[in-house]
Amino acid sequence: MSFYGSLIDNSPAIIIAIPLAFAFLTPLIDRFLGKSIRNFWAVLGVLLAGIMTFVMAYEVLGTGNAIEYVFGGPNGMDFPLTGGHPVRITFYVDGMGAFMGLIMAVVSMAAVIYSVSFIKKFTGGEKYFTLLFLMLAANFGMVFTGDLFNLFVWFEVSSVAVCGLTVFRTNRGESFEGAAKYLIYCTIGGLLLLFAIGLLYGEYGHLNINMLGEAIAGSAASKGLIMTDKIVLGILVSVFALKAGSVPMHMATPDAYSEAPAPITAMFVTASQAGLYALFRTGFTLYGSNAFTYANDTFTVKLPDLLELVHVAGWIIIILGVLSMFVGVTLALVQKDIKRLMAYHAISQTGYMLLGVGVGMAVLATADFTEFGRTAMAGGIFHIFNHALYKGLLFLTAGAIIYKAGTRDLNKMGGLGRDMKFTAVFFIIGALAIAGVPPMNGFSSKLLIYESVFRFNPVIGAIAMLVSLLTLASFVKVFYSAFMGPKKKEMKGGEVPNSMLIGMAVLAGMIVVFSIAPSLVVRSLVDPAVEALTGVAGDTSRNLTLFTGEGAWNTIVFLGAVLMAVIVALILHSRGQKGTVPKGEGKKPYLWGNPTEIDGRPIVVPGSNVYWGFTQALKKYFDPMDRLHSGLINEYVFWLILMAGIVIATLGFWGVVF
Amino acid sequence: MLSNIPYLVVVALMVIGLYIILFKRNLIKLAMGITLLETGVNLFLITLAYRHGEVLHAPVFTSMILRNDTTFSLPTPHALTLTSIVIGVATTALLLTFFMQLYRKFKVSTTDDLRRLRG
Repeated sequence: MSFYGSLIDNSPAIIIAIPLAFAFLTPLIDRFLGKSIRNFWAVLGVLLAGIMTFVMAYEVLGTGNAIEYVFGGPNGMDFPLTGGHPVRITFYVDGMGAFMGLIMAVVSMAAVIYSVSFIKKFTGGEKYFTLLFLMLAANFGMVFTGDLFNLFVWFEVSSVAVCGLTVFRTNRGESFEGAAKYLIYCTIGGLLLLFAIGLLYGEYGHLNINMLGEAIAGSAASKGLIMTDKIVLGILVSVFALKAGSVPMHMATPDAYSEAPAPITAMFVTASQAGLYALFRTGFTLYGSNAFTYANDTFTVKLPDLLELVHVAGWIIIILGVLSMFVGVTLALVQKDIKRLMAYHAISQTGYMLLGVGVGMAVLATADFTEFGRTAMAGGIFHIFNHALYKGLLFLTAGAIIYKAGTRDLNKMGGLGRDMKFTAVFFIIGALAIAGVPPMNGFSSKLLIYESVFRFNPVIGAIAMLVSLLTLASFVKVFYSAFMGPKKKEMKGGEVPNSMLIGMAVLAGMIVVFSIAPSLVVRSLVDPAVEALTGVAGDTSRNLTLFTGEGAWNTIVFLGAVLMAVIVALILHSRGQKGTVPKGEGKKPYLWGNPTEIDGRPIVVPGSNVYWGFTQALKKYFDPMDRLHSGLINEYVFWLILMAGIVIATLGFWGVVF
Repeated sequence: MLSNIPYLVVVALMVIGLYIILFKRNLIKLAMGITLLETGVNLFLITLAYRHGEVLHAPVFTSMILRNDTTFSLPTPHALTLTSIVIGVATTALLLTFFMQLYRKFKVSTTDDLRRLRG
């Protein structure tokens, strides 16, 4: 076999091995060769893992064949082994796994490059990079593994590594608090997951995800759905929604997000998305995909019971998604801490992915699936990549702001745009993308979601749009408080170090590429992922227009139209009267380029006061919300258990009681 | 009936563990609750491994088919339990470290006082 062929065959194991090897060699390199070599070594490691992921993804997405790597056995080994017992751990990388792997690779590259300068002022850089590589390995492991127990192991490795990194700044007591709460949450979630795995093993005697899917379908065909299937689905949905940070299991997530160092938070987002990936795997590969067959554009339902269970689970995921979108964004509006604000936005955006894929699940294998369900799924999955890019970028810019401003409180910062021009531009790119403003990449994925969800249920579609508006409002506030206004005397001047700028530029560049050619990304990356989950292929035409089922979106045409409008505006402007002097309120300063002082006092509206009227008017909503996020970990666990109980009861008694 | 006793113990351990996590405010007790929950899940896995008369294939017995009246303990759940115990040690140690540091920083030992991050 050729070198390339064997490289591809072994790529899943190699991609895990690279971060693990670099993780445990980093302390030695630091001890014996010094800090600058260590930084170079870390960048090298993440680049190697990234290149390997790109090669593998190119192969998997290009050919459409999944790679199955069997630990301790020849590749392509048939299961079940003749006369034996299928207990080997396998890695199974299909379109969805390769898609998620690419996300991990891109974000970790940006994060490590950013970290080189970022951690200069801290001690313990070698431990930082060790844990960072462990976290990267865990992220890759979670999305590549084909074994349910192995998934649990990576889940826990990820939790431990992420909590270790959250307390990187040991001088801050709050970081220990955030990490402890998140670890308690993740440990309880992990134990529930293990319990569900035990139930599945006790019932079917397998751990391999694909085999379990077939076994569940087989048992449903012969003796109908049993209670174990329903309960396990309920537990898995709750646990993976917890890992993804969905409301109401989100309580500890903002704490950990906001206390972790900025590059870690960027990777933290991808770790949460690994939970999302596991949720979709559960919904489709483990349960939904085996309930129907798809050929010649028609669905043939084999197991209506199983399919109905998946539809109900889809509705549960939609409800979780809508709750996450709405609660996340409204709580973000009232935050003063820049990173906590962004953490709530991360929760809110996770809602879009849950919503998109939830709609796909709720109409799986019906006529509606080809109408709009597939588009909704493509939108939700495309949003995962977009979210990782812009949220990573925003967290990195937040890190840069905190680096320079020395505070995380929006009320105490201001005027940073005067020195940090590049950071300001990167922030604008990220903020426009997260708010779904055309022509950014966030808009194209949200457009897919809006149009398809609107046809599914108009109310939910309207909520999705409202949440985008509130997101924009919230980021206007951050931009205004951090970059605009007079410069604060106590802040250090100048731009952040180059490596931090490069780290942000990597993600910003990806966002620009994704914005210009969204349809190519959807066709080459997202459609294979959807096909891996559902078996329904997308259309294969390759041009720059993205079709949403209802309409179409083309960035080039949009930019052309904007250019024309600008030209017309300039022509009109040049024909106007010269020398007009603004009068009255128009003379007063508001944003930038105007005087910033009245009677020697700077004109500043503190960040938390910008939407004072709005939040005050909705006091009846915000006060109970504030009381629910009490900071008491017992109550947080109570919400987790309550939610898991509701989900399990709904799924368990569906068709029996309801 | 007798063979169901381990499952009852599993339920008891998990319920006691969850009760402690939900209602006890002391941080060390919280860690103990999590450990109890973990013990319950581990015992569940171990109990699952014990089969009577229905095992056709087990990893170490690849070539022989066990008789119908055999009592057998599957090795896979034991391997899972071992892994889970190791993971449990890691998370418990990390959690206790966090609690120790929190006591050093803020002199807190209950969750009531651990409410700096909220809202």
